[in-house]
Amino acid sequence: MNADLLTLLTIFALAVFVGFEVISKVPVVLHTPLMSGTNAIHGIVVVGAILVMAETTNPLISVLGFIGIVFGAANLVGGLLVTDRMLALFKKKKPS
Amino acid sequence: MMIQRVLYLAAAILVILGLKSLSSPKTAKHGNTLAGIGLGLAVLATFVTGVPHHLGWILLALLIGSGFGAWGARAVQMTDMPQMVALLNGLGGGAAALVSASEYLGAPGESTISVLLGTLIGAVSFSGSLIAFGKLQGLLSEKALVLPGGRAIHGATLVAAVAAGAWVVMGGGPPAFALFSLLSLALGVALVVPIGGADMPVVISILNSFTGLAAAATGFVLQNPALLISGTLVGASGTLLTQLMCKAMNRSLSNVLFGGLGAAAPGPAGGGSGSAVQHRPVRDLSAEDAAVLLSNIGSLIIVPGYGMAVAQAQHVTRELADLLSARGVDVKYAIHPVAGRMPGHMNVLLAEANVPYSQLYDLEQINADFERTDVALVIGLNDVVNPAARHDKASPIYGMPILDADKARHVLLVKRSLNAGFAGIDNELYYDPRTTFLFGDAKKVLTALVEELKSTA
Repeated sequence: MNADLLTLLTIFALAVFVGFEVISKVPVVLHTPLMSGTNAIHGIVVVGAILVMAETTNPLISVLGFIGIVFGAANLVGGLLVTDRMLALFKKKKPS
Repeated sequence: MMIQRVLYLAAAILVILGLKSLSSPKTAKHGNTLAGIGLGLAVLATFVTGVPHHLGWILLALLIGSGFGAWGARAVQMTDMPQMVALLNGLGGGAAALVSASEYLGAPGESTISVLLGTLIGAVSFSGSLIAFGKLQGLLSEKALVLPGGRAIHGATLVAAVAAGAWVVMGGGPPAFALFSLLSLALGVALVVPIGGADMPVVISILNSFTGLAAAATGFVLQNPALLISGTLVGASGTLLTQLMCKAMNRSLSNVLFGGLGAAAPGPAGGGSGSAVQHRPVRDLSAEDAAVLLSNIGSLIIVPGYGMAVAQAQHVTRELADLLSARGVDVKYAIHPVAGRMPGHMNVLLAEANVPYSQLYDLEQINADFERTDVALVIGLNDVVNPAARHDKASPIYGMPILDADKARHVLLVKRSLNAGFAGIDNELYYDPRTTFLFGDAKKVLTALVEELKSTA
């Protein structure tokens, strides 16, 4: 258990640095798409909700899991499509 | 199990690469696709080990959620993007809180700290984002609502939530957990209600990073590296964006969250020379006269603000710019980093109206150009062109970097009324002898202007 926790903490610490490094120089034009893109990424929490629902037989937890999946999937799919729409705007006018 | 781990790893790598590509204009679209593939892979990987229970229900929930997300993403207008992002963010936070709560109910006592953190941050993000959504959508007042006792309420709610959390750790069971969840939701409301519309870019950034951290907490709880890595990345990038936004306003995060700038009530904190809106004479101009003015200039800088977005005037603004460019006028757009209601909002709106990249300038790039410019056309904007930020130490916005529109030879202000901006302070630019107003809805005013210009051609 302790070794597991330590592994997770290691991953967490490294991910913090990666997160800061990867987007340290974002031009202002991309702030909105970056925001909605990262917004979509945290939709990955839908994975957690699926795991919860797959492993329970308790009715209350099943309901919570169901709502969690709906929320998470909406977050994930909506975020990706919205970002795509915005980025398409930037691309379209490039030739002009 | 092994294959699932490998898939999760691949998903995490794709998400990191996607995020990296999102930060450069050339590769951004590609980056979003990469991140999307990574996220899809993570969802698929979850099914690899088999689903012992509720397979049908899980698929149904995925279908409903994706359908709602896809419909919303298609239906939303570009001007409404901030509230869409707030809403999606709230859903993510809510999902994280629900996952954490389910884990607690399934096995009370196991890894309680990360469960509590996931619930707390997720719930704060959920309720906070919904309040932000309500404000941006106009369902709630955009004004900063400072509750009596202000800061004390934050403090009290936080202390109560921590106490309830301690009760949960000591074995308080479901009642303690329910109380803890409710207090977490209340904390999110208390955090966002006092924040005014102009500070929304910061609030949305920080709520985004909260949801990321809540997802990371569920990664700890479920010992799932894909969740942990993706959530943490979002937490870190959201924090970075929040810092950028605060820097653009020259204010600290705590000042944004607890300063109550834009409060409706003229409390003693407002103070300063400009806190009351004065009624001094201003000059206004008809569309015809403005057209005459604009047909005799060599250079123009357009300064767009949230008022342009509200009036849906971005297309007619571009039309005006094109018309003048065709007549040899040097046209540029000056974008303030916090113009609009989310980071980079104006850039997206102008892109939608097909304004070329090359005409958009950041604050640092363009400020020196104003004094060599004939006309600064300010559309639906107030505080970020208020010269008081440069010299009036008593002003609440003193020190905020502003666009020096007042240095242009002539300033045309398109505005609905003389009302003060969200900071609730008067703008001395209004009374400058070089300033004239075009009162009215930005779209109507600019359309009339374009018509006049066409007829004089």
